[in-house]
Amino acid sequence: MMPELDHTAIWIVIIGMALGSFALRFLFIGLVGDRPLPPWFLRHLRYTAVAIIPALVVPLAIWPEATGGQMDPARLSAATVTVAVGMLFRNALAGMASGAGVLMALLYLGF
Amino acid sequence: MQHATVKSYFWKGARAGAPFLFMAVPFAMLFGVLAAEAGFTLIQTMTFSISVFAGAAQFTALHLMQEQAPTVIVLISSLAVNLRVAMYSATLTPYLGGAPLWQRACAAYLVVDQSFALSIAQYESDRQMNGPQRLAYFFGTCSLIAPAWYGATLVGALVGTQIPDYLALDFIFPIAFLGIVAPMLRTLPHVIAAGTASVVALAAGGLPFNLGLIVAGTCGMMAGAQAEVMMARTKAGK
Repeated sequence: MMPELDHTAIWIVIIGMALGSFALRFLFIGLVGDRPLPPWFLRHLRYTAVAIIPALVVPLAIWPEATGGQMDPARLSAATVTVAVGMLFRNALAGMASGAGVLMALLYLGF
Repeated sequence: MQHATVKSYFWKGARAGAPFLFMAVPFAMLFGVLAAEAGFTLIQTMTFSISVFAGAAQFTALHLMQEQAPTVIVLISSLAVNLRVAMYSATLTPYLGGAPLWQRACAAYLVVDQSFALSIAQYESDRQMNGPQRLAYFFGTCSLIAPAWYGATLVGALVGTQIPDYLALDFIFPIAFLGIVAPMLRTLPHVIAAGTASVVALAAGGLPFNLGLIVAGTCGMMAGAQAEVMMARTKAGK
């Protein structure tokens, strides 16, 4: 089902991410010390996660791989419920559990 | 509070971190399962989880590799997902910056959502804490989560390939990520950043090498930052 991954590429990603993640974490605490940073820079950093993650998954929710890119009512409803519950209760696991529940129920019912 | 020992702050941190096990354990198991399904060996999965220690970035890398994205794009996109730890590191620096370099290096490795959020809350409410007490509390918050993260990854990787197809595992990835991001949409600029990034990602889906992700992410960040500036101006104008 999934294409076979190249093991050299896997190791390059693992090592690159290990070094890169540590560099991101060490940059300020280790090297910058308590020198002040430009506010515009911090302002953009604040929105990295909320920008990159939706950019990654929203296309997957609208055009799922499993259906060959066809919009799928079960998966779209599951995604909507996940976001709604997650925002409403400020709780990631509650959102995930509700979304997974909706998906299972709808797929079981034949949607 | 002056007489509290460094050790008691470590345990205080550990107690504060304990509830996050409910989040970290299923998440790490899921990563182990998906990595095994994608064809990672046990050694690769464990090296990944232990050396990178960042759930969202690990999931991103795994997903993009399965989409056959070029290695450079995999690295840039996953590290972009992890950029927020740089901000955490910057915020923690005034509190932990006085520690010896090797201790700061250990602390840097452990900068994650939970350790950051708990520690900053503690430092801001208890201003009497000295440097070693702060560091002990910080390490305490990770003392349960880190071993649980490794252990649960291992369990997931071991059971991974035995999960039946009808569980619709393909969609666990979007659900997990939407679940993570939803509670982060606390303010209007956050919602604007997420909305802009989503729209641009849908429009730019045709770009080669998964570049649409980076373009959309950058647009979202700029929209969020700009919205923040405009809201602050409106507030100041009144």
